[in-house]
Amino acid sequence: MQKFDEMYAQQPGPGQAQFQSQGHGQSQSQSQGGQSQDQVQGVRHHYQSYAQWLARQPQTGMQARREEAEMIFRRVGITFAVYGAKDEEGVGTERLIPFDLIPRIIPAHEWDTLERGLIQRVTALNRFLHDVYHDQEILKAGIVPEGEVLNNAQFRKEMMGVYTPHRVYSHIAGVDIVRAANADGVGEYYVLEDNLRVPSGVSYMLEDRKMMMRLFPDLFSSHRVAPVMHYPDLLLETLRASAQPGAPDPTVVVLTPGMYNSAYFEHAFLAQQMGVELVEGQDLFVKDRYVYMRTTRGPKRVDVIYRRVDDDYMDPLAFRATSTLGAEGLMDAYSAGNVTICNAIGTGVADDKSIYPYVPKMIDFYLGEKPILSNVPTWVCRQPEDLKYVLANLKELVVKEVHGAGGYGMLVGPASSQQEIEDFRERIVADPNGFIAQPTLSLSSCPTYVESGIAPRHIDLRPFVLSGKDVQMVPGGLTRVALKEGSLVVNSSQGGGTKDTWILEV
Amino acid sequence: MLSRTADHLFWMSRYTERAENTARMLDVNYQTSLLPQSAAVAQVGWQGLLSISELVPLYTTRHGDITPASVMEFMVRDEGNPSSILSCLKAARENARAVRGSLTTEAWETQNQTWLEVNRMLRNGDFEREPGQFFEWVKFRSHLSRGVTVGTMLMDEALHFMRLGTFLERADNTARLVDVKFFAVQSDFFGEASEKDLEYDFYHWSAILRSVSGFEIYRKVYRDVIKPERVADLLILRPDMPRSLHASMNEVVSNLEMVGNDQSAETQRRAGKLRAELQYGHIDEILATGLHAYLTQFLDRVNELGGRISRDFLVPSSL
Repeated sequence: MQKFDEMYAQQPGPGQAQFQSQGHGQSQSQSQGGQSQDQVQGVRHHYQSYAQWLARQPQTGMQARREEAEMIFRRVGITFAVYGAKDEEGVGTERLIPFDLIPRIIPAHEWDTLERGLIQRVTALNRFLHDVYHDQEILKAGIVPEGEVLNNAQFRKEMMGVYTPHRVYSHIAGVDIVRAANADGVGEYYVLEDNLRVPSGVSYMLEDRKMMMRLFPDLFSSHRVAPVMHYPDLLLETLRASAQPGAPDPTVVVLTPGMYNSAYFEHAFLAQQMGVELVEGQDLFVKDRYVYMRTTRGPKRVDVIYRRVDDDYMDPLAFRATSTLGAEGLMDAYSAGNVTICNAIGTGVADDKSIYPYVPKMIDFYLGEKPILSNVPTWVCRQPEDLKYVLANLKELVVKEVHGAGGYGMLVGPASSQQEIEDFRERIVADPNGFIAQPTLSLSSCPTYVESGIAPRHIDLRPFVLSGKDVQMVPGGLTRVALKEGSLVVNSSQGGGTKDTWILEV
Repeated sequence: MLSRTADHLFWMSRYTERAENTARMLDVNYQTSLLPQSAAVAQVGWQGLLSISELVPLYTTRHGDITPASVMEFMVRDEGNPSSILSCLKAARENARAVRGSLTTEAWETQNQTWLEVNRMLRNGDFEREPGQFFEWVKFRSHLSRGVTVGTMLMDEALHFMRLGTFLERADNTARLVDVKFFAVQSDFFGEASEKDLEYDFYHWSAILRSVSGFEIYRKVYRDVIKPERVADLLILRPDMPRSLHASMNEVVSNLEMVGNDQSAETQRRAGKLRAELQYGHIDEILATGLHAYLTQFLDRVNELGGRISRDFLVPSSL
């Protein structure tokens, strides 16, 4: 089988002993067959300069840098909360996300394709959202089955006919990308998931870069790494541009569920970087269909809410009645056109795993273009034929809950015991609508520091797409790495780490 | 700025200041306990420490008899005691974390680092090994926290609410310290003293001065032997003594002025009146009416100010 190591075009020879460790090239993933077309001996071109640099670094020096990085992350308090966990230091539930010193490098020409593909995809998804909440032409045309949309729990009928500036719904999208072998055995980027609700992780992209520049300034003077630190500027520009026309100098706030939320660091970080208030539900109130925040000098009107709270909790009058995380009457102010909520309510209907298979068709329908980025082949268990195939091939497939997230509640067939597979089979049979399946991709891997030295670990990539008046991106994203050997699950809640991501002019 | 943000900043500073003052009082008690003295006198010292913070009942239910080791444990690391150094540093850090975006990176990192360090030190037994050094460390973290705030924060409302918290807390803490320490020697204070008592007095008063870093200041200001009424004068009325009630109230008043809003006029008036009384007060008058009574009403008024600040700015009722 062909493994796609980000650094090596094939398994390293004796010359790269530094990168060898047990298990290299071993994986439970299925062979995709075929031969690589771009197979070159040794290190892939865009990693060569870095690999040479790394080979010159003394072991102890790198170890010291790792410790320094961990110390700084702790002091800065770049932590996330793990639900229900308690650590031995009594620091409650705050954990560091492991940071790996070896960057993931993407050559500029590959990034160009990625960027065009992502902008195309998110543009189509926003068009789709506008369509399903207005004329529903795509449903009438029979491209996406009506039932999939209208009966979807993420479809919010409250959003029917609501005006959103520039017709944008998902202002901040974090699209998960993996690189794997295609049918011809060639490495290709695939879209694994469109996160259009409240995607997180961008603060790690920025902090990882800051850390790398601090630890290895010389690397940045010898490599042309595209900068990402202007992300907060673009974000603020996007949010301000998304204000209603009646607010020429809009007040933007970030709405957080509070300091015990797992992504609180990011909420505080973004608010600070943009120089806007970080508010909680209790700080907001609605009066005469306008939204205000309580300040030390009385009420102040709010025009744009970058919310990091799920739809269900945004307004107890419209959604979950017990929620205190949002504000009473917010939905009313929103539909009156007196405030912008970013991302809009009801974007979940477009990133639902049951809608995902239709995205390539959306691109064709709305833009008349061919998709630049491919979907991962997906079997939808709701369809009897697909279900039959899935149940017969569980050992080879990855099965996900349609509404699941965070790497919870999924089955990785090749890595599971017979018992686990049988247990999962029962769940699928009991509720076929709740599951989709995909082939176990031979995800690309990247050299990563582990206890025994440096070894390849599987990675993915989450770039962020900003849509306001224009659609923009910073060149890069968050690379997540599965630190457990052979694991394909990169989520931080499941022991994943992060790497700096370099878009490199070679 | 957001009321909730102001609230967190205000309390972050109060807890930092409280941790410092607790460390100061523990340190002075610990140092005096190294002097030759009767068990009864030592007992009075530790008991006084608990009464300063109105903690005797809580202590008794958690630890029973008053012993130096248990009191130190209770006041340093007992998380069941909301005024212990550990609890204060935790509360300060939690408040900081809730508004970390409103703090400069350096201000936040100082709070966070203090919290991580205090946990490490207590885990490693640093406190038991070297109590004096531990108290010194707490004081210096507080100095650092104040310094990094003043040195890096934009001079806007956020800073004013933090300063307000610091000095309101300091006014309260200094008043409590004076009250308890004078109460402890009330008989000597008003009666005839023996030679031995006088010698004891020197250590007693100098310890109090040292606990507020006031020993050298006393010498400089009065250039004379240490006398109780002058200690009281220094800690209550001197505007140039940074931990005195007068100096603290000066800061409270000026920071209140900076943040004043439509509904805070009455709060500002009361703060100003309290300050004016200190400004034009005389120590003989205060002693004549009774120090304890004077300080009790001062504490009540400071407490009431805290409540008013809360209502006017921090947790406004529905608008």
